[in-house]
Parts: sequence; C-alpha cells; structure tokens
Amino acid sequence: MGVFRKGFYFFTFYLFFLLATNFFLEFLIEMDLFDNIHIFSVTELTRNIKNLLGRNFSDIYVEGEISNLSISASGHTYFTLKDEKSQLQAALFKGFNKKIKFNIENGLHVICFGEITVYEARGQHQIIVKHIEPKGLGALQLAFQQLKNKLQREGFFDKAHKKNIPYLPTKIGIVTSLKGKAIKDILNVINRRFSNLQIFIVPVRVQGKEAAKEIAEGILLINEHRKVDVMIVGRGGGSLEDLWAFNEEVVARAIYNSDIPVISAVGHDPDVTISDLVADLRVPTPSAAAELVVNKKQELQNTINNLFLRLNNIISGQLRFFDAKLKRLVETYFFKKGPQDILLYRQQRIDDFIKSMNNSVNYLMNLKSEKFYALIGKLESLSPLSILSRGYSITMKLKDKIIVKDFRILEKGDRIKTILGKGHVVSKVEDIKE
Amino acid sequence: MEDLKFEKALEKLEKIVEELEEGDLSLEDMLKKYEEGVNLSNICTKKLNQTKKKIKMLTKERGKFIEQDLKIEEEDRS
Repeated sequence: MGVFRKGFYFFTFYLFFLLATNFFLEFLIEMDLFDNIHIFSVTELTRNIKNLLGRNFSDIYVEGEISNLSISASGHTYFTLKDEKSQLQAALFKGFNKKIKFNIENGLHVICFGEITVYEARGQHQIIVKHIEPKGLGALQLAFQQLKNKLQREGFFDKAHKKNIPYLPTKIGIVTSLKGKAIKDILNVINRRFSNLQIFIVPVRVQGKEAAKEIAEGILLINEHRKVDVMIVGRGGGSLEDLWAFNEEVVARAIYNSDIPVISAVGHDPDVTISDLVADLRVPTPSAAAELVVNKKQELQNTINNLFLRLNNIISGQLRFFDAKLKRLVETYFFKKGPQDILLYRQQRIDDFIKSMNNSVNYLMNLKSEKFYALIGKLESLSPLSILSRGYSITMKLKDKIIVKDFRILEKGDRIKTILGKGHVVSKVEDIKE
Repeated sequence: MEDLKFEKALEKLEKIVEELEEGDLSLEDMLKKYEEGVNLSNICTKKLNQTKKKIKMLTKERGKFIEQDLKIEEEDRS
C-alpha cells in the first residue's frame, strides 16, 4: 500500500511541476524574452553536429564487416560497416578508391581509416574512408588472392591454353626494364653461351604506377611486331610491392591474349605472381629464362654428336666386315682366277671410305669427348673381327659366294666355307635340319 | 642441302642412322647414306653454332615500329 501512496504523491508533484513549467514558458513568451534563446534550423543544427563530430573523430580507425556494398556510376563506393550490435555508413570516394589494390567485397572484415562526418541531406553520420585494410591479411595478399580466384574461374591458368615453348628459338623478345638487373643477367647468359640469336628488347618500367600498363603494352607490341618465336617477361627480385605490376590484371590479360609463347621470369622464388600462373612457362629468375634456351642448344649438340657416332659405328663395323671378307675372298684360289681388277677396284673404294671415316673419327677425337673414347672401345668389341676371335664364325656357300644366314639356301652336298678367327675351312654339307 | 632448316636436317639424320642400324642395305647404299649422314651432321653442327647475334631495342611511335641497336652500359665495378 505504501508504494501506491508514494507513487501517488510523486505523480501529483509531477503534474504540479508540468503546470508550473507551462506557466513559466507562457510568462516568458508574454514577456518577449524568447528572443534571447537560440532556435536552430535543421540545417544549422546538423552542421553544428557535423563540426562537433569532425573535431572529435577526424582521424580514426574503425573495424567492422562490410555489407550493403554499392558502387555508384560516378565511381564512389558506399557500404555499411557493421558488427554484432551496430552499423555505420561508410563512403569511399573515387580518389581514395583508386589507391586500394584489393576488391572491396561484402562480408570482408576490414579496418577503415577516415573521419566521421554527417551526411546532411539525411542527417546521418557516416565515415569518409581514406584508407582501408583487410583485417588479418595484408592488402596485397588479399588482392592477389582475389585476382587469382577470378582468373582461375575464367580459365586463365588452364593447361589447355598453354602454348609450347619453341625447341630452338632464334628470335627472342624481352619485355623488361633496361635499367634493372634482369636485362643484364639475361644478356650475360646470352653473351656467354648463345649464338645465332636475334633479340628484341621492349623497354618498360617494371615498378611503380605505370609499370603494369607498360608491361601489358610491351607484350602487345611484340605480338604486333610478329617477329619473335618466344618472349621473356620479367624483372629481378624485390618485395611484394616492387613486383606488384606482375600481379595486375592488365598484365595477366596481355599474357593470356598473347599469340607468342610467354616465359614469365620474375625473380622472387618461391612466391608466385599472377603473371607466372598465366604464362606458358614460369622460371624463377630472368637468367634462368635465358639458360633454358641455352641448355637446349647444348642438348642438341649432344644429340648431333650422338647420331654422328652411331653413324660411324655402323659403318666402321660394316666396313671392317666387308674388308675382312674381301681379303679372304681374294686369298681364295677361286677368286685368284676371277676378274681381279674389279675386286681391287672395290677394295680401293672401300679403303677410300675407311679413310674418310677415319677423318670423321679424327674430327670427333678432336672434340676430346670421353664419351667418344668409350664408344670407340665399344665399337672395337662389336666389330666382326673381334667377334670371330671370340669363337664365332661366318659360313659362306662357296658356289654363290653368299653368307649363309638360313639353312634353306643350302642343299646336301654343297660346299661351304667357314671363316674363323684365324684362317678358314672348306667343308661339304652332309645333313640339313631346321 | 645448306638451306635445310635445322630441325629438318636433324630429323633426316636421325632417319638415316635408323635405316643404317636396321642393316638391310647394300654396301653401296649404305655408303651413300653414310656420306649423306656425315654431311647432315656437319650442317646441323654448323647451324647450331652460327654466330649472328643482334640485340635491338623495339619501340613504337605513332604506329610505327622502331628498331634500334642497343647498348647496355656495363655495371660499374670499381
């Protein structure tokens, strides 16, 4: 009961107070004293609040999640920054937006830097964002990830799109800076080991604001020029910021659209740039790109030498075989009666070839290849002469002067000659079996 | 034969060596092939070692390609 009474007293007092205030206001109006009291216009009040906020919240950081993102036709970006309980309108004007590398997306957790102001038309406070950073991840890393995802979706990294690097390019394009370490490294390798090469260098900036655009234009220029077999696009190592141009979409698109195969050579192993992912081939440094082609040259020289050795191998084996065969035939009574001059002529011709072969062999010896000596040894061991000395023999049908490889050419009673490691025997066929 | 492209010459040489290794040729044919093979391997080696190095700077101005000989300054090693 006491509570009700207390409330009743209070209510009575309150009514009395209201009445008193009302009388007082009416009294003031009647007395024309209200002139001394300031009445704000809405605009004025809003502006005052704006100034007040501006003074107290001029350079502040605020953290939250992006939602309601919209980008106006004029290029300004608007979004709401929110956490569990509150929301804050945010505006990112075009001029500041340009400096931000990553894409602003709904749901992204960010830290904004800027000033609080009041949007007067709506009487709503908001933050004018001057800088924005993704929370947790660096802005550049996030930008890299975003572009990577986007290009992946568009199929930029597909193996099917990658072109083959020509086996022995003779014309090479290079898109890089003339001032950097990259060009010196590449030319060093090329000067040291390369030969029949034509190189076209398209000088571009590889760092700073204009770099990406210039690199992309350089790639396009080489495509328009249509003279090279392959191009190297790259620069020496540096920080993520230094290498940034190679992570820009415009460069990625230029590489993707290039008809000429592109080797990406950005010195920054083991990190990968977007350029590396799009390019037809990726190497860790510019000099590695140059060496890639050089090594192929060495490889080819080895292939040629190898073929040349095989060539000589076969021929010398065969020639020795024929030579031995001829010598033995000449020695036989049968041929002593035959047309000797033809035989001698043939022998001479073979001797000529042996001579020319020896010249070739000498040429190879001059290459001082250890491999060559090894092969010569093998050659010796495979020659028919050494085979004979190991106990094998060659059988000839005496009548037709042909080597017997098949029992079917022989008949019972045929005379055959067997050439041994030393000397030969003549015998008569008594039995033939398969 | 001198005008042969490197790749073609190498291909031909490979074919000749294979033919010879199969061993079904007469002596005369063999020697002919051999001669050709030696010739081809010389051509290949020669082509591979041809020295015709040209380094040019490529730019474009008003829609026209400009090729200039390039001189890269050596790094100062003092």
